[in-house]
Amino acid sequence: MSQSAEAYPRSNFSSWITNILARYTFMIVLAFLLFAFILLLSGKDPIQSYKDMFTSTLGSVYGFSEVLLAMIPMLITALAVALPSRVGLINVGGEGQLYIGAAFATWGALTFQDLPAWVLLPLMMLLGMLGGALWAFIPGYLKAIGLVNETITTLLLNSVAPKIVGFLIFGYWHSAMDTVKTANFVPAARLPTFFGTRVHLGLILALVLLALFWFFMTYTRWGLEMRAIGGNPQAARRNGIPLKKYLITVMCIGGAIAGLAGMSQVSGFYGVLLLNFSIGLGFMGFLICWLAGGEPIGILLMSFVVAIITTGGNMLQLTRDLPYATINILLAFTLFVVLARPTFFEGKKA
Amino acid sequence: MSLLSILGVLSSAIFSGVSLLYTTLGEVIDERSGIVNLGLEGVLLVSASSGFAVTVLSSNPYLGMLVAVLAGGLMNMILGYLVIHRQANQLASGLALMFFGFGLSALIGKPYVGAKINGLPRLPLPGLSNLPRLYTSLFSFDLLIYLAIPMAILVWWLLFRTRWGLGLRAVGENADTAFASGRDPRLIRYQALFLGGLLAGLGAAHLSIAYTMNWTEYMTAGRGFIAVALVIFSRWHPLRAIAGALLFSGAVAFQLLLQSSGVQVSPFLLDTIPYILTLLVLIAWGGNRKQSAPASLGRVYHGAE
Repeated sequence: MSQSAEAYPRSNFSSWITNILARYTFMIVLAFLLFAFILLLSGKDPIQSYKDMFTSTLGSVYGFSEVLLAMIPMLITALAVALPSRVGLINVGGEGQLYIGAAFATWGALTFQDLPAWVLLPLMMLLGMLGGALWAFIPGYLKAIGLVNETITTLLLNSVAPKIVGFLIFGYWHSAMDTVKTANFVPAARLPTFFGTRVHLGLILALVLLALFWFFMTYTRWGLEMRAIGGNPQAARRNGIPLKKYLITVMCIGGAIAGLAGMSQVSGFYGVLLLNFSIGLGFMGFLICWLAGGEPIGILLMSFVVAIITTGGNMLQLTRDLPYATINILLAFTLFVVLARPTFFEGKKA
Repeated sequence: MSLLSILGVLSSAIFSGVSLLYTTLGEVIDERSGIVNLGLEGVLLVSASSGFAVTVLSSNPYLGMLVAVLAGGLMNMILGYLVIHRQANQLASGLALMFFGFGLSALIGKPYVGAKINGLPRLPLPGLSNLPRLYTSLFSFDLLIYLAIPMAILVWWLLFRTRWGLGLRAVGENADTAFASGRDPRLIRYQALFLGGLLAGLGAAHLSIAYTMNWTEYMTAGRGFIAVALVIFSRWHPLRAIAGALLFSGAVAFQLLLQSSGVQVSPFLLDTIPYILTLLVLIAWGGNRKQSAPASLGRVYHGAE
C-alpha cells in the first residue's frame, strides 16, 4: 500500500484513493471467482452460494451483528501484531498469548465467582492482559538481550500455550460433565452484550484500543521514539532512547493485547474455556495486520472483509452442506491475491 | 513391566515419529535455500487427505502415497509463486497457505471420513522370522519407516556433497552472490520448495495411510509447526534432524511408558517437551552465531537489476 502511496503525488489524492479501491475490489472479485470454480468442482451452485453468503451477513441486522462479532478477536489480535511491528518486532505469537490470556482470565472467572460483574470483569481483563504479557515477555527479553530472534521464539511458544491450557482443563478445571471444557462461567463473568445480539463489549474495547494506538503513535513522545527505533534501532539507541526497555515493554504490551483477545473470547463469545478454542485466531491477526500495513483503518477494513467471509462460511455449511473449513479456501484465495499484488491491472509498475 | 510392552512402546513411538522426520527434512531443504515455509501444516493436511482419498478409491496405498507426495510438491509451488515470483512476505504467505490447506483438505477428505483402508503393507524384517509371532508383528514396519533414515542421509548427501546442494546453500546464504557466481536463485528456490514439498508429502502419507489409517479434519495436530521447530533444533542439518525426530518419538514413548507403568503425567505437558527443548537449545547456543540459520532466511530476492 505504501508503495502505491509514493507513486501518486498528494495533489492527486482522490485518484489515488479510487485506484486503491479499484485494485482491492478487483483482487477480491478475483478471489471470489477462483472460489466459484472450486464450488463448481464440488458440485455446488456458486451464484446461489454467494447469494446466501451475502444475504446471511449483510442482508439482515442479525447477520451484520454476527460479522461484527467475528471482527472482535481479529481487530485485537491484529493490533497485538501492529504495535510491536512499529519497533521492528515480528510478533507471530498472538495465538499463544491469546491462549495464556484466556487461561488467566478463566482462572479469575472460576476463582472469584461471587464478585459482582463490575469488579470481576475488570479483574479478568487485567488477568488476561497479565497472562499475555508474561507469555510475550519471554521472546521480548530473549530478543532484547540479543540471544534469540523473536519470530522463532513466538512461534515455538504458540505450540506450547494450547497444551498448557489443555493441561489445566483436563487436570483441574473441567466441568463434571465434560473433560474438554470448564463449567460455564457465571453471568457476572460474561462481558455484556448489546441489543439482543451476540455482539459484546469486546467490540468497544477493540475500537478504543485501535484509537488509542493511533493516538499514541501519532501524538506522543513514546510514539515518536518507537517510530525512531523502527526506523533505525542503532541510531535511536545512540540518541539516548532506551532500546532494550522499549523492546521488552512493547513486546509485553503486544502480548497483553493478545491476552485481552483471549479474555474477550472466553468471556464474551464462549462463556467457557474450551480445549483448542482458537484454530488460528492469532495467526489471522498476523495476516490482517500484515495485509493492512499495520495501519488502524486498514486493520478495520481487512477485519471486516475477513469477518464477512468467515461468517458467511457458516451459511455454506448450513445450506450448501460443505464442511465449514471450506471457507478457509476463499479466505486463502483472498490472501493469495492480496499477497501477490497483481500489477497487470494498473498497467504501470508502482 | 515386560519386555514385550517396552518393545510395543518403542514400536509405536517409531510409527508416530517417522512422518515428522520426512517433514523436517523437507523443511530443512526449504530453509537452506532461504525460504521459511510456515504453511507446512496446510501442506501436510492436503497431502494426507488426498493420499487417503486416492487410497480409498484405488485400494492401492502406494498410489495414494504417490498422490500425497505430488500434492505436497504442488502446494509448495503456490508458496513458491508468492514468495519467489511475486516477492511476497514469507511468513504471511506461509500462514495464508496454512489456511488454504485447512480448507482444501476438509473439502477433499469429507467424503472419506470414517472410510476403511488397507494401509501401507508391513514388511517383516528378514532376520526376525524365527522369533515368536507377537514380536515379529511389533517389528514389521512399512516401506516408509525403513526408508526414513536412508532418506535423511540422501538429503545430507544432496545438500553437502553435490554441486546442486552447494548452489542451494549459497542461495540461502546470499542470493546476490550466488547469482554473481552464475546460479539462478529463483530456479533453485523453486526446486528446493518442490523437493521439500515432496518430502512433506511422504510424511503426510505415512501419517494418514500407514499410521492412523483414517482421515479427520486437522488430523496433523500441529505436526507442521513441530517440524519447523525441529529444523531449528537440528540447526538446519539433515542428519541432526534424525535426532530431532527421535526426540519427538522419545517424548511419545516416554509418555506411553509412564502411562503403562501407572504414573500419571499429563500428556499435554509431555507434548510440550520438543518445543521447550528446542527453545533451550536456541538459548544455549544463542551467543554462538557461526552455525545458526542460513543468512538470507526469510529475505526477498529482488533479482539482479
